[in-house]
Amino acid sequence: MFEILQYSFIQNAFIASFFVAIIAAVVGYFLLVRGLTFAGHALSHVGFAGAAGAVLLGVDPIFGLLAFTIISGIGIGMLARVLKERDVTIGIFLTLALAFGILFLFLYQGYAEQAYSILFGTILGISTFNVFVTAIFSSISLLILLFLFRPLLFSSFDPEVAQARGVPVKLLGVVFLIFVAITVSISVQVVGVLLIFTLLVGPAATAMRVVKNPYLTIGLAICLGIAYSWIGIFIAAQTNLPVSFFIASLSFGAYLVVRLKEVIS
Amino acid sequence: MLALLNQQFIQYAFLAGTLISIICAIVGYFVVLRSQAFAAESLSCVGFTGATGAAIFGASSLVGTFFFTILIAFGFGTFGKRIKGRDIEIGMVLSFALGLGVLFLKLYTSNATEAVGILFGSILSVTASDLYLSLGTGTLALIILAVIFRPLLFASIDPEVAEARGVPVVLLGLIFMVLLGITIAEAILVVGVLLVFALLIAPAATAQHITNRPGVSIFLSIALGLLFTWGGMLLGLFFHTPVSFFIAALAAITYLAIIPLYHLISPHFYVSKAHHGREV
Repeated sequence: MFEILQYSFIQNAFIASFFVAIIAAVVGYFLLVRGLTFAGHALSHVGFAGAAGAVLLGVDPIFGLLAFTIISGIGIGMLARVLKERDVTIGIFLTLALAFGILFLFLYQGYAEQAYSILFGTILGISTFNVFVTAIFSSISLLILLFLFRPLLFSSFDPEVAQARGVPVKLLGVVFLIFVAITVSISVQVVGVLLIFTLLVGPAATAMRVVKNPYLTIGLAICLGIAYSWIGIFIAAQTNLPVSFFIASLSFGAYLVVRLKEVIS
Repeated sequence: MLALLNQQFIQYAFLAGTLISIICAIVGYFVVLRSQAFAAESLSCVGFTGATGAAIFGASSLVGTFFFTILIAFGFGTFGKRIKGRDIEIGMVLSFALGLGVLFLKLYTSNATEAVGILFGSILSVTASDLYLSLGTGTLALIILAVIFRPLLFASIDPEVAEARGVPVVLLGLIFMVLLGITIAEAILVVGVLLVFALLIAPAATAQHITNRPGVSIFLSIALGLLFTWGGMLLGLFFHTPVSFFIAALAAITYLAIIPLYHLISPHFYVSKAHHGREV
């Protein structure tokens, strides 16, 4: 049962998902605190177009993802206050991005399999090169976030007071969305564009309902994220069923348990 | 090109496309009015689970989609009084539904092409039975909508006053949700799970930017919906590219173009049209 852990593709999957889970939990916590969960959803859909465009150009999808999500992250950050009817407008932007994604994939002859792996993730097929990219982006983002941690927390909880105290709230907002973009891009490899919520929002949302202290919440969210991914990969490797299904179920199940407990008490 | 129009599958596609865009435009008008865009997106994601799950029972994916969207719509209508905004709860349910869809897909269908068909639509492969099913349910939905039109409009614009006047607001909300479920199942047939916004929201949202009058707005959104669908199909056939790409692109670009244009022409019309129950 445990001998599968010796295969290098399983080890790659474990290492990559480890890095993804950490950064996703940290960024997810701030997404929740700042009420930006929909932006995470939006960025992942835009990322689909980027990944598909990269496939068309013969580049690794991760670069297309990074390019598209970072540009749109900056865009959303700058426009966030201006846009009215946000749901509808963002929804229509998403639709446009997805439409271009399908066009790019159609123009590329590989078509269905590529689309499937971008939409639902292919962690078990991750290359050593992508493990490196993931580890590097995740570590750098974590370091910078650590550096920005206190002002970001301050401006998330009380933007007006933070502004008055001289914290560059607006700039931090844009910078934060760049980190969301990076996180979404590397998370897509694990769970795919459509299931981004399970790793980005799921662990943090569950942790927030268990503990109140920000540091403890983030710590717990990281543990949950790693647990979901590793257990998900392990079961998937045993049963030969999709990894993203197990991660989604674990994430949903844990959230449901915590939520129901709250309702009962 | 014209010879292509004599092909049976093209005729089916046009018939289904025409019918579905009309229903979507009318239901979409109310979706925008009631700010239920996110609920619409949830229902379409659930449709993916239905479509892939149908394979287990050997049913057509349209039947599976119908079953699941109506079931969940019923749940939304009964339990969720506040299916608005970007709730974490809805997001989690969505992801789980999609995750389940992936599992069904893996278990009962071997190729990824089918998934792409469900996600991005496959109007050109509509079968006769799909056509009759959507014709029947679509007509039924339109008749119900015509009957409840006035009270629904009242309840959507000003739920509190409507309630006070004795309009059964909650019941109407439930009926509308079920109608939305039917509509989304049909829209998935044309543009797929991921591009439902293109047919359901975009025409209605564009029309509501241009005029405030319900009747005019609904007719305009029907016209826009038909334009997008027909235009998308013709362009798709002509360029041999996915139809749903052109439908979504036409819809999105029209919406994004109309706002600044209209703002430019008549700024005084472009004041906040917010009213009760509408997210700003």
